[in-house]
Amino acid sequence: MNNLHSVLLIIVIAAVTIGIRFLPFWVFRNDKQTPEFINYLGKVLPYAIMGMLVVFCLKGVSLAEAPHGLPELLACTVVVGLHIWKRNTSLSIISGTICYMFLVQLVF
Amino acid sequence: MNGKKIPDIKKAFFATIPVMAGYLVLGIGFGMVLRSRGFGAFWALAMSAGIYAGSMQYVAIDLLTGGVSLITAALTTLAVNARHLFYSISMIDKYKNQKKKKFLIFTLTDETYSLVCSDAAEKLGDASNYYFYVSLFDYLYWITGSIMGSILGSVLPISTEGIDFALTALFLTVFVEQWLSTKNHFAAITGVTSSVLCLVMFGSDNFLIPTMILITCMLAGMRNKEGITNE
Repeated sequence: MNNLHSVLLIIVIAAVTIGIRFLPFWVFRNDKQTPEFINYLGKVLPYAIMGMLVVFCLKGVSLAEAPHGLPELLACTVVVGLHIWKRNTSLSIISGTICYMFLVQLVF
Repeated sequence: MNGKKIPDIKKAFFATIPVMAGYLVLGIGFGMVLRSRGFGAFWALAMSAGIYAGSMQYVAIDLLTGGVSLITAALTTLAVNARHLFYSISMIDKYKNQKKKKFLIFTLTDETYSLVCSDAAEKLGDASNYYFYVSLFDYLYWITGSIMGSILGSVLPISTEGIDFALTALFLTVFVEQWLSTKNHFAAITGVTSSVLCLVMFGSDNFLIPTMILITCMLAGMRNKEGITNE
């Protein structure tokens, strides 16, 4: 593919992303009171969406084929266990990632 | 005048340290993968500064190398990034009177959102500076990381296989953190179960939109239940 098409792709992806982020602000402008339901969603959505993002990241894992999601399971266990124990975000992320890279590159 | 600004900058910086770690790792990973597909530092800069959406940029690498149509790219972006609607919706009240509103909205990523919606921001009387610096620092970490990755990727012959797990680890960490700091887990459980259900029903390429609809319906149904908002 040529460079022009790549540039256009990036512009389209950027424009759609920006549009998504600005849309609610355009719909509920300054002059209007934000509906109660939207405020409620704003409070509860973050908890639901983080769960969705975790599943989104793991969507490509195949349980039927070797290694049956074992590297993901082990690395996620490290992240969750370490985070419950130390509650240090950076430590949890870096340890889990190194563990995963070690597993997929050298073990499985 | 400066007496008030300095603490806000410091607070914002300390709050963003975990994001710095995550974004540098993820950004470096992105830059390296992008370089390995033949797109150098300039491309990494253009994408990180212009798109600024981590998971979408990883997906975008495949779109670029696959040479997909612009329509496919737009629809894919909608599916992957639609969740950002939710962040904007929940920041409407806090952001609508901010002077640097446009920059704040443009830089509202998953991680920036998790910081600006937090208690730390609530405790500041006027959180304007905190919002701005958190957003700015995160933006700079991401751009710096991706350029570093692009440059390192051409020098270091190490394998990056599996480095994208940092993204999974980041969201999992935020999920666990939210779980530990709240009593009512209905929303968190709804998020996971709806996603798994839709993933099984619609497959990995098409499950995000149905998931978001299902989550919204489930949460709407529980609207008047006490304790649901953890307040």
